Amino acid sequence: MPPVRMETHVLDNTQVERLEAEAVNSAKTRQPLYAARKKIFPKRASGNFRRFKWLVMAITLGIYYLTPWLRWDRGPFAPDQAVLLDLANRRFYFFFIEIWPQEFYYVAGLLVMAGVGLFLITSTVGRAWCGYTCPQTVWVDLFLVVERAIEGDRNARMKLDAGPWTARKLLLRVSKHAIWLVIGAATGGAWIFYFADAPTLARDLFTGAAAPIAYITVAVLTATTYTFGGLMREQVCTYMCPWPRIQAAMLDENSLTVTYNDWRGEPRSRHAKKVVAAGLPVGDCVDCNACVAVCPMGIDIRDGQQLECITCALCIDACDGVMDKLGREGGLISYATLSDYNANMMLATASGSTSVNPSLVRKADGTFTDKLAHFHIRKIFRPRTYIYMAVWSLIGVGLLYSLLTRDRLEVHVLHDRNPQFVTLSDGSIRNGYTVKLLNMIPEPRTIMVTMQGLPGAEMSVVGIDLPVGRSVPISVEPDRLKMLKIFVRQPAGHIQGAAQTFTFRVEDKASFEADEYTATFNAPEIAR
Amino acid sequence: MSDQHIDEISGVSTTGHEWDGIRELNNPLPRWWVITFYVTIVWAIGYTIAYPAWPLLHSATSGVLGYSSRNEVKGELAAAETAKGKYVSAVESKTVSEIAADDTLREFAVAAGGAAFKVNCIQCHGSGAQGSKGFPNLNDDDWLWGGKADQIQQTITHGIRFAADPDTRLSEMPAFGDIITNDQIAQVSAYVASLSGKVADASLVEPGAKVFAENCVACHGDNAKGNKELGGPDLTDAIWLYGSGEAAIAAQVRAPKMGVMPAWGARLGETKVKELAVYVHSLGGGE
Repeated sequence: MPPVRMETHVLDNTQVERLEAEAVNSAKTRQPLYAARKKIFPKRASGNFRRFKWLVMAITLGIYYLTPWLRWDRGPFAPDQAVLLDLANRRFYFFFIEIWPQEFYYVAGLLVMAGVGLFLITSTVGRAWCGYTCPQTVWVDLFLVVERAIEGDRNARMKLDAGPWTARKLLLRVSKHAIWLVIGAATGGAWIFYFADAPTLARDLFTGAAAPIAYITVAVLTATTYTFGGLMREQVCTYMCPWPRIQAAMLDENSLTVTYNDWRGEPRSRHAKKVVAAGLPVGDCVDCNACVAVCPMGIDIRDGQQLECITCALCIDACDGVMDKLGREGGLISYATLSDYNANMMLATASGSTSVNPSLVRKADGTFTDKLAHFHIRKIFRPRTYIYMAVWSLIGVGLLYSLLTRDRLEVHVLHDRNPQFVTLSDGSIRNGYTVKLLNMIPEPRTIMVTMQGLPGAEMSVVGIDLPVGRSVPISVEPDRLKMLKIFVRQPAGHIQGAAQTFTFRVEDKASFEADEYTATFNAPEIAR
Repeated sequence: MSDQHIDEISGVSTTGHEWDGIRELNNPLPRWWVITFYVTIVWAIGYTIAYPAWPLLHSATSGVLGYSSRNEVKGELAAAETAKGKYVSAVESKTVSEIAADDTLREFAVAAGGAAFKVNCIQCHGSGAQGSKGFPNLNDDDWLWGGKADQIQQTITHGIRFAADPDTRLSEMPAFGDIITNDQIAQVSAYVASLSGKVADASLVEPGAKVFAENCVACHGDNAKGNKELGGPDLTDAIWLYGSGEAAIAAQVRAPKMGVMPAWGARLGETKVKELAVYVHSLGGGE
């Protein structure tokens, strides 16, 4: 490169190579690190699905709040609360069922059934769990009821939110949050009643006599209910919950989901008459945005199935309301399967074209053609749902069978290992056993413990003053485990080997319930 | 990256990272998420101030709350001591037989005594109290000095042949190798063996009985059943501390081995010894 001559004072641009470089934070490429949440003001919907959701909400909230107060008489030796998780005594009561910790597999089995059931429901009717029964959905719905009652419906709330802080706004906001907190406290309060006698705990809670953990639990659950139901709402579903991601694997082309039927809605227009006059195709969607306004997730269902959609079906109600006003058939937004939707889209799309023309699916009189695909109940029954149903029922039947045939009297035996046997002064051999008697019913019982086998041997029970023999009656407290130390002694002449097996049989003479345990009796090799 | 790449389908810009044609979308985080992230950082700073955190040359910052895991353990141990205080004081005030008769107290004493046994006794008596040659098995029903709970307590408190304790259990079998002839030793060994089994040469038994009557009955008794007052072992039963059979008996007659057990009373205190006595008594051989 020739040196730049000083006398000209003019730089020759062409002599300087332009480098491909740009500041990393240049305004052109700068992006926000985070995005503020766009506020959502769901409008009140009305219609069949809304009514159904009110019903589901009443039932689920009713179950949650009232269950701990149901009573169930179990006699004088067990609590009379129908559903009780007695962690201190490690017992779980569910109406006529009592579960000990080692029987927790019943709960595990129920959870597996709940999982498979969720798969079954999702593969047939989509995210019905999310849309109707998920606690997040139900409580957000409840919080929205409060919000609407205090601040008004969508437009009033938007106006209030945008407006300046006045005494009225402050009053409305304070009362709204106060009621939310009360609901939160009631939610947290109801939770702890599942873990202790509800009437007693309720009295203790209000008199300040309950355990600190009770207040802490109520406080934590109040905070989470208030935060999730009042403040975070749809953010929980979109960002915190894993289920929206899992559902992608659960849905298939035959699953019912809330669907915007483009094939009759597009091209959407707010000025249908003008468009028709111009001779252009026009769909049923009048672009009123009612479906967006009612959506608790703040999304537009017309963009298609999306992660954020919890399929609460309120947009169906909103759209049907509008269609009804316009004198058109409802179902522009409806529960539909992907396969039906695709078939109808094929009908509505002229060959070789990608744009929808709804007139293709209509007859001359304006009604829809008979060629349209509609959901048929048969679609629910397909290999996939058969497998889910089979697995679900199999586990259910297995659990039920196991529950109906389970032991309420059990014996477990632990053979002393150190030493395995003791030679006594008369040459007889003694083995020690820790015998656990489980009386799993809330009634006191007398259990006969009997030795079977091991000729000549007799047993003695430590701490129980009974003559040695081959059978001893043991009284066991209701719903308790009784641990016995039993010494079994076999005279030298009867010993038949280094390891003999025999059976501990326990029997309730009153109910003929019995259980057995096969134990080993050890002797030194030379004692044969 | 000078050019901002926009993903066609989502309309979202990408981070510029690309793997096999797959690009990472650059969706901004929700604001509450970012705030939560910063809150955790602030929390972490507060945490390092409140709790021991920063390593120094020889120690670490102690934190303004003064927390220490060792103190926590100390507190828990003290709480455990307090919790078992009422049982300990009951053990203190009652006799061993009273303790053994009370279900709750016996359970406590057996647990506490078992723990003490694992520390102090298993070196000789074995972890299952099963003993070995020369060290008595405490599970069986053969007791040199008595198997009642209070007798066991006495043995543990003062030991056996433990010179430092004036009240120790004391017995000494003379070395009969210097007192009687080898023939007599063979005879008396045959006689003693015959009390609990067969012997090789039955002709030795009768003279052996005579030798026994002249030399041994003082401690072992006329019927060789032993004498617990003197610690004289029962020679008719199936339990042999130094081995059964004529040869083992002859060796013991000629030059007896006698074990020593330390006195534990002064070392462990009366309460601990009581717990140990109840534990040993509970092993199955207690009288």
